[in-house]
Amino acid sequence: MELLSYGAVELATAIKEGKATAVEAMEAVLSRIDAMEEKINAYVTIDRDAALEEAQEAQKKIEAGVLTGVLAGVPMAVKDNLCTEGMLTTCASKILGNFVPAFSAEAVVKLKQAGAVMIGKTNMDEFAMGSTTETSAFGETKNPWNLEYVPGGSSGGSAAAVASNECFFAVGSDTGGSIRQPASFCGVVGLKPTYGTVSRYGLIAYGSSLDQIGPLTKNVSDCAAVLEVLAGHDTKDSTSIQREDTDFTSALVLDVAGLRIGIPRDYFGEGLDPEVKTAVLAAAQAFAAAGAIVEEFDLSLVEYAIPTYYTIAAAEASSNLERFDGVKYGYRTPEFDGLHNMYKKTRSEGFGAEVKRRIMLGSFVLSSGYYDAYYLKALKVKAMIKKAFDDAFANYDLILGPVAPTTAPRLGESLSDPLKMYLGDIYTISVNLAGLPGISVPCGTDKKGLPIGLQLIADRFCEKKLIQAAYTYEKLRGAFGLEH
Amino acid sequence: MRSCAARLVWSIRKGQGREMALQSAKQYETVIGLEVHVELATRTKIFCGCSTEFGGAPNTHTCPVCTGMPGALPVLNKQVVNYALAVGLATNCEITRYCKFDRKNYFYPDNPQNYQISQLYLPICRNGYVEIETPAGKKAVGIHEIHMEEDAGKLIHDEWEDCSLVDYNRSGVPLIEIVSEPDMRCAEEVIAYLEKLRTTIQYLGASDCKLNEGSMRADVNLSVRKVGAPELGTRTEMKNLNSFRAITHAIEHERERQIDLLLSGQQVIQETRRWDDTKEYSYAMRSKEDAQDYRYFPDPDLVPVYISDEWIAEIRNRQPEFRGEKMARYREEFDIPEYDIGIITDSKHMADLFEETVAICNAPKKVSNWLMGETLRLLKEKGMDAGDIRFSPQNLAKLIALVDSKAVNSSVAKDVFAVMFEEDVDPEQYVEEKGLKTVNDEGALRKTVEEVIASNPQSVEDYRNGKEKAIGFLVGQTMKAMKGKADPAAVNRILKELL
Amino acid sequence: MANVISDETIDYVGILAKLELSDGEKEQAKKDMGRMLDYIDKLGELDTTGVEPMSHVFPVQNVFREDVVTNGDESAKTLKNAPGEKDNMFIVPITI
Repeated sequence: MELLSYGAVELATAIKEGKATAVEAMEAVLSRIDAMEEKINAYVTIDRDAALEEAQEAQKKIEAGVLTGVLAGVPMAVKDNLCTEGMLTTCASKILGNFVPAFSAEAVVKLKQAGAVMIGKTNMDEFAMGSTTETSAFGETKNPWNLEYVPGGSSGGSAAAVASNECFFAVGSDTGGSIRQPASFCGVVGLKPTYGTVSRYGLIAYGSSLDQIGPLTKNVSDCAAVLEVLAGHDTKDSTSIQREDTDFTSALVLDVAGLRIGIPRDYFGEGLDPEVKTAVLAAAQAFAAAGAIVEEFDLSLVEYAIPTYYTIAAAEASSNLERFDGVKYGYRTPEFDGLHNMYKKTRSEGFGAEVKRRIMLGSFVLSSGYYDAYYLKALKVKAMIKKAFDDAFANYDLILGPVAPTTAPRLGESLSDPLKMYLGDIYTISVNLAGLPGISVPCGTDKKGLPIGLQLIADRFCEKKLIQAAYTYEKLRGAFGLEH
Repeated sequence: MRSCAARLVWSIRKGQGREMALQSAKQYETVIGLEVHVELATRTKIFCGCSTEFGGAPNTHTCPVCTGMPGALPVLNKQVVNYALAVGLATNCEITRYCKFDRKNYFYPDNPQNYQISQLYLPICRNGYVEIETPAGKKAVGIHEIHMEEDAGKLIHDEWEDCSLVDYNRSGVPLIEIVSEPDMRCAEEVIAYLEKLRTTIQYLGASDCKLNEGSMRADVNLSVRKVGAPELGTRTEMKNLNSFRAITHAIEHERERQIDLLLSGQQVIQETRRWDDTKEYSYAMRSKEDAQDYRYFPDPDLVPVYISDEWIAEIRNRQPEFRGEKMARYREEFDIPEYDIGIITDSKHMADLFEETVAICNAPKKVSNWLMGETLRLLKEKGMDAGDIRFSPQNLAKLIALVDSKAVNSSVAKDVFAVMFEEDVDPEQYVEEKGLKTVNDEGALRKTVEEVIASNPQSVEDYRNGKEKAIGFLVGQTMKAMKGKADPAAVNRILKELL
Repeated sequence: MANVISDETIDYVGILAKLELSDGEKEQAKKDMGRMLDYIDKLGELDTTGVEPMSHVFPVQNVFREDVVTNGDESAKTLKNAPGEKDNMFIVPITI
């Protein structure tokens, strides 16, 4: 079996058993990158020497028996909004084009402790604002299934790298669907954990109350293993939650009998591509056939999730991105006249159009006279949306639906109409507003041969239910993936 | 208001006599509210583990959190909440049981995130008051709220290179902002209010409250209105007031400026003004880039603070005896003048020193004399505050014992005290080492006196001829011969015997 | 479009957000913001009377640090990415 086709956990096992080495794995990935990157552009930064050196280091430690982590020797890709000490961290923005952090994100530290070896940093929508990875200042990433299509976003680089075997697993961040949607478009598994499960320390914030870090993997087993490494309380993140039940791999059990699954009617109405609908409902059928209790229900408030989300996320982003001002790090405009002109020129030249659009909107909804009407109103609707999910989970273990209304759009199709692009987030966004965990698992392809994603949503802290159901479905579905 | 006969410095304008101007000005009363920032005495910053110590080289007390690095997150220092609660309880505030932090957004280089973490919607303390003494009697000054926030960094201007330099050592140092109601009517009341806050906060150990060093800063909100008018006039906010003197002058000038505007038919503009103390003049800090729209919203990186009954009780139990209570007790317990009580209790440090020394030597009057005399003199001479006193009560008690036992005379004692003030030496050891003990050997003393009599026949002659004063000279000569280590009373007695 | 964004509003938001838009960008921004606000106005359909605004989705509270110094001199790291540095400080355009 070719090394590149291994899953992350399979690879770690093979390395432990001496059937492969961390160095071989890294070399295989790097030559795959050599072959693919020109077409895909999944990475923003790759440090080959450092990657190989780290792999050698890891191999030595594994042989010496001191590195025994579940991901020991496994090459990984990290989204470029997670700080990595000594390695460029750009958020795919010109304004951070030269920024080298002095510390690593807690998530990266944990993965390294578990033995994972970093290949490089993956492409994304600038500051995670976008659904296509086309707003990157360093060129768009292409969908490995069809190079004329987008990989989704904002963690498009991470999803494409996993799908094209340019890594064994990747981490991304999800503010409104940024892990699940590219996972769906690229036919890989992506999970957004319960808010507070993974430390945000070192994640360059977009919408702080919505951002979560999570895995993008080749299969559900890897997803559980990587999440188990990522999860944990961190005293450096005040919103980090102390929870005990993070032994997610224990949920890799083939059993959905008696599982109560609710299908929101509101998710299958107007705007949903018929092919996506068919594939997702077929997956629901598969669950029912395996003994799950599947029924339709009314979730309500679905149509209010997008305006609520864009108000809150834009407001938080407008404040979070104020620190990029040309004073302490990053880009500073070469010519300016005084302080405020320096600020304005630096930021206007440093940020791309989509980022500026959201900063303007966010500044406006927080400005004097509008705060109550927009921002406070959105926080109230958020409370109502949360309540709607609480009510749903009183009756169901899981909610099942599509990840996105369509499969991946063609490159260049989305950016011309931002509002239309935002509407594509309709099924993922409320999960972030309510702080819930959600997973995207491939459930078929459309006539164009592009992957379709199935989304499962659980109540807070119920990732294990997600994983068990997704794992069972994955086995029912059978093999899925790009022929390499 | 009679208690506020503010000094009127009134310009005589063309066509208007001085009397008329004074009359017009008297129609107005001044309404003042204060925003007081106090740097809390925590060891670390409000949201990170960096030291708050003064005087480090630039940016040596910084980390990703207090320099706004991408990805860094704040975690609240519990001691900041403890101090804010203590100040709130001491100023009779209601405690907001469920309080939150908000972001105040504005761009300025001393503010690394370009937002300041502060409290707008749910400040920790609200609706309090402090009582001040005015010539007209006691008066309550309302406290609208107290909130917690972070301090900014420091900008150093390099006019030669036409740039400014930023040092983030102070960035993230915890502050509380105490916002008063517009209850004050003149500079005297403002000073009394600030003095009251200062002693209260110092007693709590929550801050050293030094205006000149910036650990206490007051912004003055001032408006004027016709006496008896129900509504407040348009106010201005005055910044950069670094001393009580500056505050007094700024208040007088601003009152005058506003009345001047109104009398000439113009309007006061609501604005922030900066006081220039050397020029005794203020100017508006306006800029078209300064929209004063801070877009406050709850900081999503911090979680709410819930303050339980138990927590409040714990802080209440730890509150010290405040100045008013202490003064009353001193009147009961110690036979010392009211003036001394006032000075000693003005600083908790001095009051503690006083009480601890008295506990050892049981001589309140003598301890008070040392504090009121030599201590105050040296503090003034060296430009120090009572809080800077470093000598221990043990050593002061020992010095008092040395004087009591006549082991040293008072002039030697003052010299020893000066050393003790500087280095907190043990006076017993010091006197021993330096050989400063009074010579109590009657034979040796008598011998020296005899020598002095022998070598000063003229003075002896003068004395015997009835010039009483001549004996002073002989005492002096003897003391000099003894290098000061004699008891002047004994010298006097022996001289009289021998003459 | 129900929300018509004026030039003044765009200029004002530009001051708040420290963004300087070209004339073309301004026109686009007026259109985009107007459309987004129209869409956000949809929230007005909902009766939110008596609903508490939810800034934190879970009731986590009282997360504190102890008042203990944990950091040493990190000035080299602080200044590592500075666009301009002098005497261990960041250089900015003069502010007075």
